[in-house]
Amino acid sequence: MTGPRDLDAEALYSELLARVRPLVRPDSALVGIWSGGAWLAERLQRDLGLTGEHGVISSTLHRDDYAQRGLAATADPTRLPFEVQGRHILLVDDVLYTGRTIRAVINELYDFGRPASVTLVVLVDRGGRELPICAACSAARVELPAGQRLSLARDAEGRFSFEIR
Amino acid sequence: MLERRNPQLNRHDELVHLLSIEGLPRGVLQHILDTAGTFLSVNEREVKKVPLLRGKSVFNLFFENSTRTRTTFEIAAKRLSADVINLDIARSSTSKGESLLDTIANLSAMHADMFVVRHSESGAPYLIAQHCAPHVHVVNAGDGRHAHPTQGLLDMYTIRHYKRDFTNLVVAVVGDIVHSRVARSDIHALTTLGVPEIRAVGPKTLVPGDLAEMGVRVCHDMAEGIRDADVIIMLRLQNERMSGAMLPSASEFFKTYGLTAEKLARAKPDAIVMHPGPINRGVEIDSSVADGHQSVILPQVTFGIAVRMAVMSIIAGNAP
Repeated sequence: MTGPRDLDAEALYSELLARVRPLVRPDSALVGIWSGGAWLAERLQRDLGLTGEHGVISSTLHRDDYAQRGLAATADPTRLPFEVQGRHILLVDDVLYTGRTIRAVINELYDFGRPASVTLVVLVDRGGRELPICAACSAARVELPAGQRLSLARDAEGRFSFEIR
Repeated sequence: MLERRNPQLNRHDELVHLLSIEGLPRGVLQHILDTAGTFLSVNEREVKKVPLLRGKSVFNLFFENSTRTRTTFEIAAKRLSADVINLDIARSSTSKGESLLDTIANLSAMHADMFVVRHSESGAPYLIAQHCAPHVHVVNAGDGRHAHPTQGLLDMYTIRHYKRDFTNLVVAVVGDIVHSRVARSDIHALTTLGVPEIRAVGPKTLVPGDLAEMGVRVCHDMAEGIRDADVIIMLRLQNERMSGAMLPSASEFFKTYGLTAEKLARAKPDAIVMHPGPINRGVEIDSSVADGHQSVILPQVTFGIAVRMAVMSIIAGNAP
């Protein structure tokens, strides 16, 4: 278990890359959750030498807090430039917390077809699950107070860091 | 002095009803257009439905007939998973003498969550919004000569789709502007989104003089009105105008203000031609233009569904 201040996003990315490699099958497709997960998927696609384009998925249309928070103004729409039907989907996110975003994007994914399997890989697992969801691999586990937000940031050169608010 | 708030916005300046484009900040319009972009792709998915309005009841209250608008609202609400109830009010309770507010009170007792209202009286949707329960949302689907905000928004979505940027455009609105709620909504939206030149084109009897106060250039000459335009919005000429001595005849109108290929050649080569429908071929628009490569009349209908999904899902998500 690490504290949030010790997190080196670039080192963790290398760790994640090594752990994801054995999970990739010839018919796998990478889908990153907007926005941090999408940046990770874009880089993994390149570093794993996968052909084609990675997908980007948004939780906006299936969120369970719509009645409390309304419709988010910022998310990019889902863009899956391949057939979902019958594919082995590797779902990528930066931080796994309550699991509610994962529930929402799995629903979103199914609006495009029935995948053969969905495997979740995350950069950081911060615990605190509110749904029966777990990742196949994560590069680190951290503990944070419930009120704190941890998310991935990307600079102009494409280098990763963490934002803690 | 009492603070007068825009009745469409809550205290966080979020949209809770859509009654008119007039007075809405640019950010709210942009949020609707951005959200519509998301919904446009939903309409192309294997499953053309998202659960945002699941368990909500949307009542389509059309006190005035309109098959197309009512249908696109119905499709939009159903793709958001709402239950849709269509009431042909023109033929039911009001004809038995029930007042508008009594009709609303009765429908509210049936647990309505949203009213989509079309009415021949300007301001009817405002009245409903003021008198319904706080959790109920109202969308104006056209009131009298006043406003047709979702048509205005879908027109803006169409323009943004083809032209990308509003701030360098010349937009000509042509035809019966004085009776057109579409024209009014379009002009407010174009102004808010920063279009530098808006022209109102038509005969003196159909283009009101007070438009100049809205920052619009009035042109009674068609050739001048559409010269170098990027966007031409043709309006439907309502047949009843002919009888009111406002126009000599439909063929006379077509000769002067009808959009033909020859007249269209005066606009920019990549100008787009829009029309809110239904079109009168040979009255305000020639068939060769309506079906031509510069016409975006059918894409407007497709975008209309996405824009109405955006409006309904934004207002339903905002607390009073």
